[in-house]
Amino acid sequence: MKICVLVKEVPDAAVEKRINPSTGRMDRSGEKNLNPYDTHAIEAAMQLREGGAVAVEEIVAVTMGPESAVRALHKAVSLGADRSVHLCDELLAGSDVAATGYALAKAIESESPDLVLLGQQSDDGECYTIGAVVADHLRMPSLTQVIKLDVIDSEPSAPGLPGLRCERQAEYGYDTVQVQLPAVISVGDAINEPRYPSLKNIMGAKKKPLDTRTASEVGIDSGFVGPDGSRVHCGEFHAPPAKPSGQIIEDEDTAETVARIVAWLDERKLI
Amino acid sequence: MADVLVYVLHYEGAFNKNSLGAVSEGAARAADVGGACDAVVVGGEDLTDELCGTLGAYGARKVFRANGPEGLAQPVVDVMAKVIADHGHSYAIFGGGLLGFEIGAGLAARCRAGVTMEVTSVRADGDELVAERPILGDSQISVSRYRGGLGIIIGRINAFELRESGSAAAAVEDVEVAFSPWSTRATMVTRGEQRGADVDIEGADILVAGGRGLGNADGFQLMEQLAGAFGANTAVAATRAVVDAGWYPYAAQIGQTGKTVAPKLYLAAGISGAIQHKVGMQSSENIVAINKDANAPIFEFSDLGIVGDLNKIVPKLTDAIRARKGS
Ligand SMILES: Cc1cc2nc3c(=O)[nH]c(=O)nc-3n(C[C@H](O)[C@H](O)[C@H](O)COP(=O)(O)OP(=O)(O)OC[C@H]3O[C@@H](n4cnc5c(N)ncnc54)[C@H](O)[C@@H]3O)c2cc1C
Repeated sequence: MKICVLVKEVPDAAVEKRINPSTGRMDRSGEKNLNPYDTHAIEAAMQLREGGAVAVEEIVAVTMGPESAVRALHKAVSLGADRSVHLCDELLAGSDVAATGYALAKAIESESPDLVLLGQQSDDGECYTIGAVVADHLRMPSLTQVIKLDVIDSEPSAPGLPGLRCERQAEYGYDTVQVQLPAVISVGDAINEPRYPSLKNIMGAKKKPLDTRTASEVGIDSGFVGPDGSRVHCGEFHAPPAKPSGQIIEDEDTAETVARIVAWLDERKLI
Repeated sequence: MADVLVYVLHYEGAFNKNSLGAVSEGAARAADVGGACDAVVVGGEDLTDELCGTLGAYGARKVFRANGPEGLAQPVVDVMAKVIADHGHSYAIFGGGLLGFEIGAGLAARCRAGVTMEVTSVRADGDELVAERPILGDSQISVSRYRGGLGIIIGRINAFELRESGSAAAAVEDVEVAFSPWSTRATMVTRGEQRGADVDIEGADILVAGGRGLGNADGFQLMEQLAGAFGANTAVAATRAVVDAGWYPYAAQIGQTGKTVAPKLYLAAGISGAIQHKVGMQSSENIVAINKDANAPIFEFSDLGIVGDLNKIVPKLTDAIRARKGS
């Protein structure tokens, strides 16, 4: 089985995020990192490989992004991916969610994976839907927010590839869903505890194969990507109505802190 | 003229409140741009004519009903794509939750449409609809404008108010859809499993909520003792992170895929304040947060924030409240 893991470079959590007023896009300068949620997807791929229920021949990290995004791929490889694919093209900048999902699907298509894994959300975009977009383009079943993944026997109707039994929390409680591979699965952060990369793997990451692909190389129709190929335009950024900021207590002397909390609650007749 | 199509989720014979909000919103906004709002439902025999007809009360003109699996997104994408192809709706609107996000995104791929999620407000501008969504941890609002034949709007949970505007029952039309092969390769095994005890938190005046900062399941004892100190009408609530980890029952979860609450006091300890949690408790009258990270997002929407270690503060607070109550 071959697994593709979609990863993304995001601004470091400690960096204050803002919109660049001149481009109307997120200001992506400053420290960047692998989207922390993606480490759970890589770990899930590693656990499938190590679990032994199915032979995983290859784990490929795939990203779309500017040149700097190779660092996210290096990180993904240090966490266990065997090689990586970097879709990098000026044409793709400014793509909306649907266009990004289309472009990623094209990059994945040329890899023909049996399973595509993603993290539950990107740390910067606050969006948890890219998996569903990618899946529809790849014509694969998909499920998001999966917190338990077990390999099961293939269905008689689809011999060869195994299936997956997935659990996730939805609107009314926990659902268990059986999915026939090939499939696209986004995993929730409760699925596993990602390992730390060993020093050896960090050092070796840059030596693992990395293919850089342009949009045309993976067969992307340039009319479907970038600002012109995107069907939604986001702009007119403005601040929400200001909300009076709350009171903050730094806990130094806990007895005093607690007395202040109790007084605050008392004033509001909450005790 | 622009018609709106809304997906209405149901479970055990009842429609989802957020979906009904989306129908209300769809009907109001469609009227603004000279159109009408229709609904799509997908499921089995519990989708009776009578039940579907009730969507008329929220402003639906017609209900397109398809027989198909429940609780899965891709079959609904197939149905909505067909209805839109046949009837030419200009916008698709979803209430908050989880399925709506998956269906909306799949539909965007299928119909090559723009999609905006976490929308908190929709308004008409001339003959088009524009959607607003908060971004960057709710510090900015971004405005979405659509191009092409279809715009997809996925609401944030509780964003769309329930309004009973119509009186007549909606007309029900059955649609026959050949599901895509990939839509039938996911099958529901069990749905809506309630993990953990069946606790009741919705009636409580005071909620003390715990998150991953409690460290482990035993950490919830601190919260239970604190709740005990507050006394009657106080309950313990939780984040998804700790419910997924099995530390606390699902019935106590607040947020996007849990409960929405608005108690007199919401006291959070070891909770970061993710948007998906915030949406379930932001209407609380008073919000107090204890978190050791001064940059935790929860402080952005707390009335009183305490930067410190909950393990030090919560036990002392419990004692102080007990003492204050003289018990
Ligand atoms: C589609 C979707 C739906 C979701 N639905 C929900 C939902 O319904 N409800 C929900 O809650 N979440 C939901 N989430 C998850 C949400 O994004 C967050 O991951 C989750 O709310 C985080 O929970 P938490 O605050 O307990 O954990 P964390 O984010 O890990 O925060 C733990 C906090 O504890 C603090 N802390 C640690 N130790 C201490 C200490 N000793 N003293 C004081 N503070 C300490 C830390 O500083 C940190 O801020 C959803 C996510 C997605 C993508």
